[in-house]
Amino acid sequence: MITQFRQTVRANLAKPEVRANFYRAMDGLMTRRLDQFPDKAELERLRTQSMAIRANALSKLPELLETLEANLIRNGIQVHWAETAEQGNQIVQAILERHNAKSIIKGKSMVSEEMGMNHFLETLGIECLESDLGEFIIQLDGETPSHIIMPAIHKNRIQIAKLFHEKFPDIPYTEDVDELTQMARRILRDKFYATTVGLSGVNFMVAETGTLCLVENEGNGRMSTTAPSVHIAVTGIEKVVESLSDVPPLLSILTRSATGQPITTYFNMISGPRKAGEKDGPEEVHLVLLDNGRSNIYSDPELLATLRCIRCGACINHCPVYVRIGGHSYGTVYPGPIGSILEPQKAGLDVHGELAQASTLCGACSEVCPVRIPIPSILNRLRYDGVRKDTSNTHTVGSGKRRTLSEAATWKTWAWAATHPTIYHAGSTLATRFKGMLPTNLGAWTTVRSAPKLAESTLHQQVKNLGVDHE
Amino acid sequence: MPPIPDTIYFFGTCLVDLMYPQAGVSAMQLLQRAGVKVIFPPAQTCCGQPAWNSGYRDEARSVARAQIALFPKPIPIVIPSGSCAGMMKVHYPELFAGQPDEAQAVDVASRVYELTEFLVDVLHIELRDLGEPLTVAVHTSCSARREMGVADKIESLLGQLSNVQRVEHARKPECCGFGGTFAVKEPEISAAMVLDKVTHIRNAQPDRLISQDCGCLLNISGTMAKQGDAIPHQHIAEFLWERITPHPNLPPQGGKGQEAHPAQASSSPPSPLAGEGLGMGGKFGGQSS
Ligand code: SF4
Repeated sequence: MITQFRQTVRANLAKPEVRANFYRAMDGLMTRRLDQFPDKAELERLRTQSMAIRANALSKLPELLETLEANLIRNGIQVHWAETAEQGNQIVQAILERHNAKSIIKGKSMVSEEMGMNHFLETLGIECLESDLGEFIIQLDGETPSHIIMPAIHKNRIQIAKLFHEKFPDIPYTEDVDELTQMARRILRDKFYATTVGLSGVNFMVAETGTLCLVENEGNGRMSTTAPSVHIAVTGIEKVVESLSDVPPLLSILTRSATGQPITTYFNMISGPRKAGEKDGPEEVHLVLLDNGRSNIYSDPELLATLRCIRCGACINHCPVYVRIGGHSYGTVYPGPIGSILEPQKAGLDVHGELAQASTLCGACSEVCPVRIPIPSILNRLRYDGVRKDTSNTHTVGSGKRRTLSEAATWKTWAWAATHPTIYHAGSTLATRFKGMLPTNLGAWTTVRSAPKLAESTLHQQVKNLGVDHE
Repeated sequence: MPPIPDTIYFFGTCLVDLMYPQAGVSAMQLLQRAGVKVIFPPAQTCCGQPAWNSGYRDEARSVARAQIALFPKPIPIVIPSGSCAGMMKVHYPELFAGQPDEAQAVDVASRVYELTEFLVDVLHIELRDLGEPLTVAVHTSCSARREMGVADKIESLLGQLSNVQRVEHARKPECCGFGGTFAVKEPEISAAMVLDKVTHIRNAQPDRLISQDCGCLLNISGTMAKQGDAIPHQHIAEFLWERITPHPNLPPQGGKGQEAHPAQASSSPPSPLAGEGLGMGGKFGGQSS
């Protein structure tokens, strides 16, 4: 039986234009990242430092969240806790209703994607307008992001030009990137002033000062958080860091790992609503802190490393699976290696557990991860949780749900044979002797490969003539 | 610099046993010729990695436990595969964490070397190329590259061969798409990966493809064979042995290999032939570790 995931993968592998778009984009991103780290030793030092900062924050997460909340409140920021995506959406809905807002303008926020916020609000008749260029493009086309930092990366310039022309027929057709960008900016700019509520994500929350940091390139983040009279920030509870001095190293490795930029065009530090006598800024600032399965991940000392993620996307950019199947194949909000460890833990191994399987464990992801998340080890652990018989020692949602009797029996038999050398070697010898009788069609293996050829005799047989010691 | 041991254990791996025995034979011949006595525990089967990577840890552990028992002496364990070496070196300690025999697993792990790593870092092997001019493409397995961190060893060994020219292919560090059971569980993605790998290697037009891992070779060469016109491929050990032995027309083949090189029938001390193709650099000679 072919899984839904494999069907989607098949369909997407058969789209040469999309594959070419991903290849081109990922190649560019990998090169740009490399150019930012000419000194390998310095990179490794910075990765270790960044890992330590994130690990430290997670080691005292409950306390830091309390400190953060207290300092945010002191700064005049209203704090809301949401255990589920649904609760998060209801909090946003309540704020909008209080202000009688019929629309919302959004900066880029993967957590809002995670909450399915646009869909939720649109069913209430509230218009959501994405102001990040990439998000704007995919919203026009009714799509979801295919990458966490470059949501429209699956499209090339020509496809975007055609889309704009189709959606805005009054504006002359152009394939010029700058003109296309200007076009989007003009459309969006008026909306910023006409909309009461702006929404954004958060990159780092500083517990010590109660500051929300936002990293972006287009200025739409600054507009979304300053022009409307109400700003709602949404993020996951894990994004907290202890002190202000933790931010510069993380920021530096984030932008260099993500887009290969030494620094982004904009870096916003939001420390409260407009104060008396100030001329601009929102009158209200809200922060919605989403759990949505994070506490459960937090409770496992090994899986906890998942929460170190600073969402740079480098693991995605370097993944040989992602570059071929593209972000939409995963069927999840977060694609690529980070998605393959995060989504099965959030939704359950029975729902997205196959993603843990869709990896060769090549380690290209963990080699570049700025906070040294051991992604292949976590994938291995999730595979284990998926098929383990005794699930009493794990909190992973859906543990044991991927265990099938036939697969378990196969591995049992294999283990029995491999611990009985005489029988094992008799089997190998027989196999090489009668190799002509072995099947040449080995199902999945032989779709693009010839059947493997067994040797004339095994190493165990040949070694006898070699003058080595047997002990 | 670790001292040069006079005796080592050799773990052949299940894939070499069944598919590429010549790689195992050549590896042991290389070691013997460098003056090292080789012990091949006959009860060895598989390192346990297939089950480990599939999540079947109990089964992996029982197989791993049977292997650990085969290496009691405090001497190196040399493995002609980055993948199996990585399993033993990196994952055995994880697999046995909290188990009664954790200490043995950690001890075995600490003695594991991937073959090219051992030849370069421990034996400081020096090679004299006796073969005809040839171009090769190198595919380094992900486990050799990232888990074991020994990608440079195969390159430095090949770099010693004066008549061998390495040709580089696009996206060289990228995975070939094998991934053990991945190739069967996600065949579409695996196929897309290996087809690209084959294209890149073909574009570089090497005479031969060389790797330190038989899993990758099986995957890449199987794909080339299905397309027709396969580029000849060899495990690094087999290739090195062919290059340094003065029988260019009689590369070791199957069980007959030993007859072509009668000098290798005895292991220690090195036979009179030893050293013909192998500059010994005076670096060994029975020091015990
Ligand atoms: S897992 Fe690491 S590389 Fe991937 S997005 Fe998170 S921080 Fe970046």
